Amino acid sequence: MTWIKESYHRTISEAIKRLRGRAKSERRWSSMTLWLGVAIVGIMIILSLSAGWIGFENPNEQDLNATLLRPSIEHPFGTDELGRDIFTRILHGARIDLSFGLITTYASLIVGMLLGALAGYFGGAFDTIVMRAVDTVISFPYIVLILAIASVVGAGLFGAYIGVLAVSWALYARLSRGEMLVLREMQYMMAADTLGFPVRRIIFKHAIPNLLRSNLVFSMSDIVLNILTLAALSYLGLGVRPPTAEWGSIIAQGQKYLRTAWWISTLPGIVVVFVGVGFALIGDGLADKLGEDVTGAF
Amino acid sequence: MFAYIGRRIVQAIPVLITVTLVAFALIHLIPGDPVKIMLASRATPEAIATVRHQLGLDRPLPIQYVRFLLGALRMDFGNSLFLRAPIGPILRQRALVSLALLCYSILVSLVIAVPLAILSAIRRNRPTDHIVRMFSTFAFAMPAFWTGLLLVLFFSLRLKLFPTSGLGSGPINYIRSLTLPSITIGFYLAPVLLRSLRASVIETLIAEFVEAARARGLSERRVLFKHVLRNSLIAMITVLGINVGFLISGAVVIENIFALPGLGSLLVSSILARDYPVIQALTLVFGITVIVVNLLVDLSYAALDPRVRL
Amino acid sequence: MKHEVFSETPLLEIQDLTVGFADRRGFLMAANRVNLRLPKNYTLGVVGESGCGKSVTLRSLLGLVPYPGEVIAGSILWMGQDIQKMSKKELERIRGKEISMIFQDPTSCLNPVFSIGDQITEMLRVKLKMQRHKAFDRAIELLAHVGISSPERRLTEYPHQLSGGMRQRVMIAIAIASQPKLLLADEPTTALDVTIQDQILNLLANIREETGMSMILVSHDVGVVAQNADYVAVMYAGQIMERGNAQDVLHNPRHPYTRGLLNAIPKIEQVGQSGPLEPIPGQPPNLTELPPGCPFQPRCPYVKDDCTKVSMELDRPEPEHGTACCFVE
Repeated sequence: MTWIKESYHRTISEAIKRLRGRAKSERRWSSMTLWLGVAIVGIMIILSLSAGWIGFENPNEQDLNATLLRPSIEHPFGTDELGRDIFTRILHGARIDLSFGLITTYASLIVGMLLGALAGYFGGAFDTIVMRAVDTVISFPYIVLILAIASVVGAGLFGAYIGVLAVSWALYARLSRGEMLVLREMQYMMAADTLGFPVRRIIFKHAIPNLLRSNLVFSMSDIVLNILTLAALSYLGLGVRPPTAEWGSIIAQGQKYLRTAWWISTLPGIVVVFVGVGFALIGDGLADKLGEDVTGAF
Repeated sequence: MFAYIGRRIVQAIPVLITVTLVAFALIHLIPGDPVKIMLASRATPEAIATVRHQLGLDRPLPIQYVRFLLGALRMDFGNSLFLRAPIGPILRQRALVSLALLCYSILVSLVIAVPLAILSAIRRNRPTDHIVRMFSTFAFAMPAFWTGLLLVLFFSLRLKLFPTSGLGSGPINYIRSLTLPSITIGFYLAPVLLRSLRASVIETLIAEFVEAARARGLSERRVLFKHVLRNSLIAMITVLGINVGFLISGAVVIENIFALPGLGSLLVSSILARDYPVIQALTLVFGITVIVVNLLVDLSYAALDPRVRL
Repeated sequence: MKHEVFSETPLLEIQDLTVGFADRRGFLMAANRVNLRLPKNYTLGVVGESGCGKSVTLRSLLGLVPYPGEVIAGSILWMGQDIQKMSKKELERIRGKEISMIFQDPTSCLNPVFSIGDQITEMLRVKLKMQRHKAFDRAIELLAHVGISSPERRLTEYPHQLSGGMRQRVMIAIAIASQPKLLLADEPTTALDVTIQDQILNLLANIREETGMSMILVSHDVGVVAQNADYVAVMYAGQIMERGNAQDVLHNPRHPYTRGLLNAIPKIEQVGQSGPLEPIPGQPPNLTELPPGCPFQPRCPYVKDDCTKVSMELDRPEPEHGTACCFVE
């Protein structure tokens, strides 16, 4: 038996410290992205909900003596051609855009995940029907199908809701079905099967928490996509109508003044990017934390 | 190989049918009388009856569907009420513009995404990777129409390098007028391609054959550019195929910003004009395009990857 | 005995090699103070359960420890030169030219999108600067040499068109193409059928006979190592527990872990007898949470109080039969 040399000991413990530090900084990066994202989204939600109390009451208040004003302390994002304060309009528009993003995303997550889970679990005719519907929906460029549905329902916020809901469940269904097929083969599911628990219990108790992880990660980029879709529809004149404040419609209205009053169109866009980055960061952080990678889901 | 092609085509048929059904059903799902809505103020009882007969809406549904299909095969979708012209030739003419735009956009997005994806993958978890991923997150969150406006503001209004909208005549002006729209779409598609490509390069980088190639003493550059890239390029074709619907979606919006006379701007103007036959025709054309592109992607995948040669 | 060869300058000398990995789950030492010497024309066998650090040790010899791992201490001397201190260029020159490697799963080790011919001639053209047609002729020779029939035709085929055994032969052909002095074989037969395993091992033995190439044969299968190695090292949790002449180690094991390994394999003479196989009790070690003292101590039938208190090194210098357990005798 020989004792280890002291110098060797030191080399090793220094190396361990260095390697541990590297791993820790990687871990810190992923939790930092998560919390940065939460902070961004949180700030936006709080600002939009409290807009009335912090001096940004009326998004449609006109002041014809203060039209097309550059950004200043009084009007942080400037004013438009009717003298309306852009920042107030953005905060009020956030209510429409954020609730649109959250509602369409999580309603389709629930529907899509349940359909996908059931299709994957039972297979057979139900699976065929669900997957045929999924294939059909994803055969259209999503904007085309949303526009077509909105044209049937009638352009407007309601049409946008129906259009996006009709389309975005499909990716959750496909994602969940694929994972369900894998989960079904896994040990503990088989164990639950032989112990004779009722089917419903097996699916809900064991599979849903698993499916939820990947669906939640995916939902973060889906929120961004859905908010951008509403903004695009409004921009095209098929979503929220003026004078209601909504991000896409504010940008669209400013386009006429791009040459003279650049701030009307550009500054609201920065807010959209800010919020989108917030959600995307939450998604990245969650993906790292939960060990999910759903980059291929699109 | 031929058996594979045949099987793949047969697989596409059921979806092709449901896609035609969706396009056909659109006009029948409208709450109320579509003809009345289309004619709006001109809706006298006689006019309604004439248009209904013109559109064949007075026939039984199965016959209408068969007529719709047979018409579609000949690119005959009837007449546009709004444009007062046959739809087929209009689509053909506008499809060329959209096609040129799509090809140009794919080129731009590949030029952005491929080098960044490779860089990001080989520098995984290091600062370069973080910067590239940040760029892709920002690009993903940018509303495409807003990016377009920024480009117009800077390159058209300030630097006067490109026209703000419309299609130029002559090859050089044609390309010039498609440049800003393509860059806009490129920025919109690039982050999605970048993410998938980065994942696929990383997957290849940790593959055992890459380790084996290194163990053989091949230089890092050779390993990367021969062994990794060949595999990732095959994956890239699939990634492009999966995202063709996303790409077209971007193009539909962008055509409107730059007032390009393509299929996307026709779709939006038809919706605003409630020109349902055109909407039906476009829905069908877009749906079938995606299916055909995916079919072509699968076939070219089979041609490129020796493992699929069956 | 073959011991005299140890007095020469060794081909390869590993001193106190320590490889660490750190990720979000924690830190682990995949190789811990590994010392080994490899003379010319010699086969060293490394045995141990999966995850004991044999593969990582092997990769570190080529400077190929995968991220997030690193050689954190020790040195690897290749013909007297420290591999750690070599430039990237020198390392690339040695890989494949002087030291070659074959892997466990020949299916995933050949690039699926290039033909067999492409992959062999690439090696010949890049490492030996051969002309295209010369490389082609040599590739046919090599394939014939490793026992592949109608080699001309095989050259145009892709990896997925070959059987597992054939792919491993191709890997061997690539590995010996530049007549290396040392072949690293990482579980070369584990993924193959039993009948093919013997063919591959015989092929390797023949090549060694002809060329005088040394080999490090890593396997979890004591039988494979027993048949082919001159000298054996037994690894557990990243450490060498016992090493020495193959005959000595396998017939007179000194370390309780080696004894456990040998008791866990069926012997031909025992077939039909009632003597049961004795698996080693307990779980394979969790490298991120190793017990204090001897890593085998929680599973060791002879464990004493002191085992949890001291770290041990091998008790006798190479090439003698050494053990890291001080309580056996």
